[in-house]
Amino acid sequence: MKTKKNWLIALIFVLIISMLSACGSSEKTGGKESKDTLSAIKKRGKLVVGVKYDTNLFGYKDPSSGKVEGFDIDIAKALAKKIFGDEKKLELKEVTSKTRVQMLKNGDIDAIIATMTITPERKKEVNFSDVYFKAGQSLLVKKGSTIKGIDDIKKGTKVLAVKGSTSVQNIKEKAPEAQVLEFENYAEAFTALKAGKGEALTTDNSILYGMADQDPNYTLVGEPFTDEPYGIALNKGDDKFTKYVNDFIKEIQDSGEYDKIKSKWIKEQ
Amino acid sequence: MLDFTILTNNLDTYLQGFGNTLKASLLALIFSFILGVIIAVMRISPMKVLKAAGTAFVEFVRNIPLILILFIFYYGLPSLGMELSGFQAGTIALSIYTAAFIAEAIRAGILSVDKGQMEAGRSSGLTYIQTMRYIILPQAIKIVIPPLGNQFINLVKNSSILGVVAGLDLMYFGDSISSATYVVFDVYIFVAVFYLILTIPLSLFVGYLERRLAVSG
Repeated sequence: MKTKKNWLIALIFVLIISMLSACGSSEKTGGKESKDTLSAIKKRGKLVVGVKYDTNLFGYKDPSSGKVEGFDIDIAKALAKKIFGDEKKLELKEVTSKTRVQMLKNGDIDAIIATMTITPERKKEVNFSDVYFKAGQSLLVKKGSTIKGIDDIKKGTKVLAVKGSTSVQNIKEKAPEAQVLEFENYAEAFTALKAGKGEALTTDNSILYGMADQDPNYTLVGEPFTDEPYGIALNKGDDKFTKYVNDFIKEIQDSGEYDKIKSKWIKEQ
Repeated sequence: MLDFTILTNNLDTYLQGFGNTLKASLLALIFSFILGVIIAVMRISPMKVLKAAGTAFVEFVRNIPLILILFIFYYGLPSLGMELSGFQAGTIALSIYTAAFIAEAIRAGILSVDKGQMEAGRSSGLTYIQTMRYIILPQAIKIVIPPLGNQFINLVKNSSILGVVAGLDLMYFGDSISSATYVVFDVYIFVAVFYLILTIPLSLFVGYLERRLAVSG
């Protein structure tokens, strides 16, 4: 009797899984429908942007003041200003490299301005604006480390990275012998580096500068070994809003506002 | 429908994660059971110091989230000069966390055996340990099997915490495959199926033990 009951439970599990997977596929088609994001933003009266909260200099929530600040935040503010003439009509939502595409697809956010590299694979999932920041992947090590660049990464060298970021794929290509350990976010990856869980931390230099800025015992080594053009990610197929955002990027670059924002945050470049 | 190419293309990765999850679960199951029995015996022992130490352990471990115990072992211990990999730190944290719940289940089982049994044992000339070993524990084990089974199933599922500290388990590789393919839902459905491969037989085995012990009494 009991055995029968157990098998029934197993059957129910399988049923639930197949039902859920059906939901999953319908969601995917929903995301692919082209939407008019700009009208939706205007109707709502505020722009909702997904930004990082853990990336010093780009999108960082100061634990003492609770304020979210950084280069990406200022770009988001400028975009809100263009749409509404008021930079306060902006809502920031925290995203991570892992969650951001799904949140955009689900309609939780209108745009991703979160140190997001434009890649051909990602272009299949989202629309990208023109490049708004050029970064390159580099290595952060403890000062005095024997690693001076990507060529010093040998078999068994532990390299730390963040889940869901392009840096994981890049390091696996450029240094296939490295043992890559992936963490949830930059804070945890940096803590792991400090705790000696790996010899180097790899991601975009723009983010690494922010870490080196926080702890002078750590430094960037070697030339950047990839090009990481950052773009603003928008709903797939919404070409109207994409053009609007491209015009916006050109406007702030021409007006000098872009340089002002950049020099405010990025000093090493 | 489910995209099975996700599974076939990444089968090696899934299996590596599955192997590590299985290994971490088995190790943690053994450690947590041994530690849990010791703590339970401490908690019901007549010696006040042991009792206090056992209670302190259970109350401390049971009342903080597993992820914090893990962070203590992974990020905290290196400052004391102890280097643990994500897998090691995860397995230890899992063992300690589960031990607290196992200790409580066993303690409850022992206490539910009628007091008269201990008194009868002691007055027939058996020592405290002998009474425990031959009279109390055989009765307690039957009561303890179902809650213990629940704890072991929880343990397997909780092992997904390893993924947070690069413990190379199923969840870690699930995240990794998902990042590389940009597929979220299907990737994790297969992760769930691999967990079921571990938990359903475990759950059936616990049910079998329950029936076996019920007739042997």
